[in-house]
Amino acid sequence: MKQFKGRVIVPGCCSAEALVSRGGFNTLASYQMALQFGDKQVKCGDQNNADIYKKPMLGKALCLPQTIGSTTGGMVLYTACAVGKQPACMLFSMPIDSLAASGAILGDVWTDSSMPVVDMLGQEFLDYVQTGMTVTVSEDGLVSVE
Amino acid sequence: MRLTPEQQALLDGSRGEVMAKVMKTLVMYGDAFGAEKMVPITSRYGHTVISFGLKAMKPVYDMYDRLIAAGLVSGQEFTADPRPLDKNVPSSLLENIVFKKFMYTEQARYEKQLAELGIIDSKGYTCTCYQDQVGNKPAKGDILSWAESSAVVYANSVLGARCNRNSGMIELMGSIAGFVPEFGLLTDEGRKAGWVVEVRCEKRPEAQLLGSAIGMKVMEEVPYIKGLDKWLGTGLDEEACTYLKDFGAATASNGSVGLYHVENLTPEAVEQGETLIKEGAKVYVVDDAELERVRASYPVIWKNADAKPELCFVGCPHMTLRQLQDWTDNVSRALRANGRGKIAVPTVFTAPPAVIEEFEKGPYAARLKDTGIILSYICPLMYMNNPLCKKKAVITSSNKLRTYTSARYYPEADILNIITGKEVGK
Repeated sequence: MKQFKGRVIVPGCCSAEALVSRGGFNTLASYQMALQFGDKQVKCGDQNNADIYKKPMLGKALCLPQTIGSTTGGMVLYTACAVGKQPACMLFSMPIDSLAASGAILGDVWTDSSMPVVDMLGQEFLDYVQTGMTVTVSEDGLVSVE
Repeated sequence: MRLTPEQQALLDGSRGEVMAKVMKTLVMYGDAFGAEKMVPITSRYGHTVISFGLKAMKPVYDMYDRLIAAGLVSGQEFTADPRPLDKNVPSSLLENIVFKKFMYTEQARYEKQLAELGIIDSKGYTCTCYQDQVGNKPAKGDILSWAESSAVVYANSVLGARCNRNSGMIELMGSIAGFVPEFGLLTDEGRKAGWVVEVRCEKRPEAQLLGSAIGMKVMEEVPYIKGLDKWLGTGLDEEACTYLKDFGAATASNGSVGLYHVENLTPEAVEQGETLIKEGAKVYVVDDAELERVRASYPVIWKNADAKPELCFVGCPHMTLRQLQDWTDNVSRALRANGRGKIAVPTVFTAPPAVIEEFEKGPYAARLKDTGIILSYICPLMYMNNPLCKKKAVITSSNKLRTYTSARYYPEADILNIITGKEVGK
């Protein structure tokens, strides 16, 4: 097991299976089909992201460097939170980007969902964590990976 | 963050619970990026990326109902991204059922909300709001609360305005409050370049391909681009601005670029030169081989990779008047050369309503119509945003459309050849 300390953007605790995107996570491309057509597993629809394309995102600890793409990204993430289709948590190796921050904050302020968000976990975190590992997030931004 | 007494009062609920939530959202947003204060929005108009009433996004419209019910509307008029539907664009019976019964069931509700919140008028729906005919063109140094990745990168880079890559919803909250947290691209430091891109192409690089390559490389950092003035010149004339519109859209969608500087061309690069480059900036060299490598890396996700194209979109982001005129000339010429009267692939050109109105006043409109090409105000991305389109062999010159949909990208010269029947793309 390894532990990583990051910065808390949205506080909370959770334990979930990791889903790792090594490249930028395109929120719109990843969510648009799943949200529109009621995919219960919320499978990733971004054909440009070979790491997670077609993999279920619901309830996973989404590990990523940052999000990329359309500025609808925050709105899409907010909607995922509002309808209970958000990841269990979002764990960023880099400082969070403005779109992901918007979505995470909108979800936190305007919905009852729980989606802890921690950023600045470092490249070592992203190098270490593998899809399928168990990730535990503490209130203070400590992330355990095993 | 240091709030003024008035801002603190808003946060504490002086204008009600909903406004307090708007303030909390903006404060948390600023805190995430180390903002120390809010700064007033100085642009005349806002711009929102949300133009669609999608059933799946109902929580967004529910929240907007709460804002409106609380008397919270935008303090400035605004434009919005293009509408998602246009009856002139080819669609099957099944697609029409999907669009109207399953997807855009909230469209009428949302457009009513936009009218209440402060959209300019019914012609204010375009992603290229900064075009002269539309009139939402901020001045250099203006502080904006916009969202729409291609518009934000254009406003920052070509116009020298200041705007972060805000998300949809956040941009409206800024326009309601009248201020935004000061961080990132709103600061001098945040506008410095972490990458130097050296363009060493032997021919003028395709705007949307170069933008894609740079976007994928630098992600959200600011690139300082050398060597592009060789192809674009040193003046921001109509041709250069059009190129940068398409280039920027690709940097923003294939990566997440919010600002780029082009040496000897864009306003801050002209004024400040290489002082804009951060110490230790990384270097990315782009030549013709690199562009070909990037293009070859795009996945083709058509079921049949050799399928004959069924539909073509040109105009994501929306075209300019000059682009419409040039494409009309080029298509007419190519059709004549190929011995055809009409295009070989159903094709839609998209442009802002105000540009279409202007275009239709002149002689080009009839010529374009004669070719069989459809002119629309639609958002191609929204049109393609359904599983039925995934089964269609759609081609495009837009790297943004390629990124978000199953559309296949071709450079403009190839698109021209394909739609005029010279060759069928594979």
